[in-house]
Order: sequence, then C-alpha cells, then structure tokens
Amino acid sequence: MVVAERKPMEEILTMVADFKKILLTGCKGCVTVCNAGGQKEVGILASALKIARKKEDREIEIDEITLERQCDPEYIDQLEKPIATNHYDAVLSMACSVGPQYIAKRFEDVLVFPVLNTTFIGGSLEHGVWAEFCQACGSCVIHNFGSICPITRCAKSLMNGPCGGSSRGKCEINPETDCAWHLIYDRMKRLGRLDKLSTVVMYKDWTTNRDGGPRKIVREDLKL
Amino acid sequence: MRLNYPSNVKIINVPCTGRVDILHLLKAIEDGADGVYVAGCLEGDCHYLTGNLKAKKRVAYVKKLLGEVGLEPERVEMHNLSAAQGTRFAEIAREFTTRIRDLGPSPVRTDKKPGHMAA
Repeated sequence: MVVAERKPMEEILTMVADFKKILLTGCKGCVTVCNAGGQKEVGILASALKIARKKEDREIEIDEITLERQCDPEYIDQLEKPIATNHYDAVLSMACSVGPQYIAKRFEDVLVFPVLNTTFIGGSLEHGVWAEFCQACGSCVIHNFGSICPITRCAKSLMNGPCGGSSRGKCEINPETDCAWHLIYDRMKRLGRLDKLSTVVMYKDWTTNRDGGPRKIVREDLKL
Repeated sequence: MRLNYPSNVKIINVPCTGRVDILHLLKAIEDGADGVYVAGCLEGDCHYLTGNLKAKKRVAYVKKLLGEVGLEPERVEMHNLSAAQGTRFAEIAREFTTRIRDLGPSPVRTDKKPGHMAA
C-alpha cells in the first residue's frame, strides 16, 4: 500500500493559521491501514487543532468526513454537498497526496491542503512499523532475484550483485538496513537457483519508469 | 478505607486502561480539563496482559502531541498502582492536583476562574 505519515504539527498549524472553518477529509484506503489518515486520525487531528486554537483564544470550526477513497472521482463527488452548503476557508486532505489533487481538480475554487507526507509504497513489518518494498519501476523483474526487489531494497539499486559495502548482511548506509543482495543470494541458494544469478540477461527496461514523465494506464476493455 | 482525596478529581471507570484511547485524553483537554491522568494496574499485572502497556504508549503519544501544539505535556500523566493500594490512590490524586494547581488553569479553558471546573 501507499504508506504516509502526518506532517509535523507545526507545519499543519502554519497551513491553517488564517482559517476559521475547514473541512478535514480522511480516507478509508491505504492511510487507514498505516494509521495516518483514517477516521480515527481525522478525529485526533481535529481535536489537536481545536486545542491549539483555544489556547490562542480563537476558535476554529472543523467538519470531519472520511471518504471511502480519495483516488476515484465518484467518492470525491460526495464532497459536493458539504462544500456547497458550507463556506469552508479550506479543505484539508488526510489521504495520500493523490487525494488533495483530486479534490482540487473537482472543486477548482477551493483551497486544498495536504496533511500527510506520502512516503513510499510498502508494507507492514509489525504493528506500527512499515517499510518500503516497491519503487514502481513499471517492469517488475523480482522473480530473477528470488522475489526480492533490488531496485527498492538495495540503496544503490544494483542489479548485478552486492557492492563492497555489504557487511555482515547489512548495508553500509545504515546498520539496520539489510543488504538486499545478501538476502537475494540466500534466497536463490535456498531455492537452488544460484546459477540463474550468473546468467547474462538483457538490461532492464527503464522506459516504464517515472523518468519519462507521469505515467498512465489505459484499459480499453474497461472504459465505458 | 474512607481516605480523603481532592474533590476536583473526577473518576471515569474503565475495565482496563487499555480501553482508554488517544481521543479520550485529547477530548478531555479540549473540553477544558486542567489535567488528565490514567491510573492503570502495575506493569506485569494487567489481567488482559498488555492493556496498561498500550495505555502507557498512548499517554506518551498524547504528551508529545500536546507539546507540539503548545500545551504543557505534564497535564497528561500515566500512573500505575494496584487496585488494593487505597492510600497510594489518594496520594496520586493529591500529588497530581498539586502539580496541576502549580501549572495553573489550562490555557484552553475559556473561563479561567480558579476553583470552577468545566463539566
């Protein structure tokens, strides 16, 4: 999933400094799973903002709404009524950064702010801990590496083996980071496919990576 | 045991402090409480094993969050004691009340008259 975390309170307080009435929108998708922008986190932030305001003897009116997802226009449409009936100074989105962009696109006259820093595509290691596992390169070849992604998990994204900085199974950049190539070697050895690491393969197709500009997928069979 | 403790301490009973959520503590502060403390069982004695440990982490989170919005983190505390420790209960109530009195009324309160408690 997309993993994000809430921006520092100081930054959020600066964003809302001049506003009296805001709509705080959450998302029941990825950010709920990584405990960053779900219904609960919306409630917590709303309470924290109210405390910060009351401390200054000012008020802030915060409406809370958590959408199913903020990356499909059908769900963003659900904001039409609240936005039309209330005159919000701003809308704050606690979804990944796709959310505020969708809201801003749909409601062009509304100020939209991102509350989260969208960090990476990854998964949970344990309750409360998430790590990066995918860089969205567009041409997945992890099967050649025992289902471990060297692009993401190797600090240098090496495709041909470990560098000299691999020490006791850890990466030289951080003693807590596993050396991906150490993991790949161990996995391929366990699978009995070490010889595959020695075969010469074509260079990776990087045309599908973000380097060429924002990407788009079109499924003609699904278009209405 | 009929021990006295300050009348400004309002008790909310929960089956385990693991039931206490971050939002409960924040709402209490938002609605004008000068201080909130969570009194849980002694560590290792939780009937549900880890309830009081979860509460400890949540209290730590709220303290950090309050610090970031400019409120004194000392207004929220975690205490551990056994249900049998009546004297300690009264002692904690007295100590906490004194500490909060020294901090003064919560900056969040709209009425700052001493002695008047927000409901």
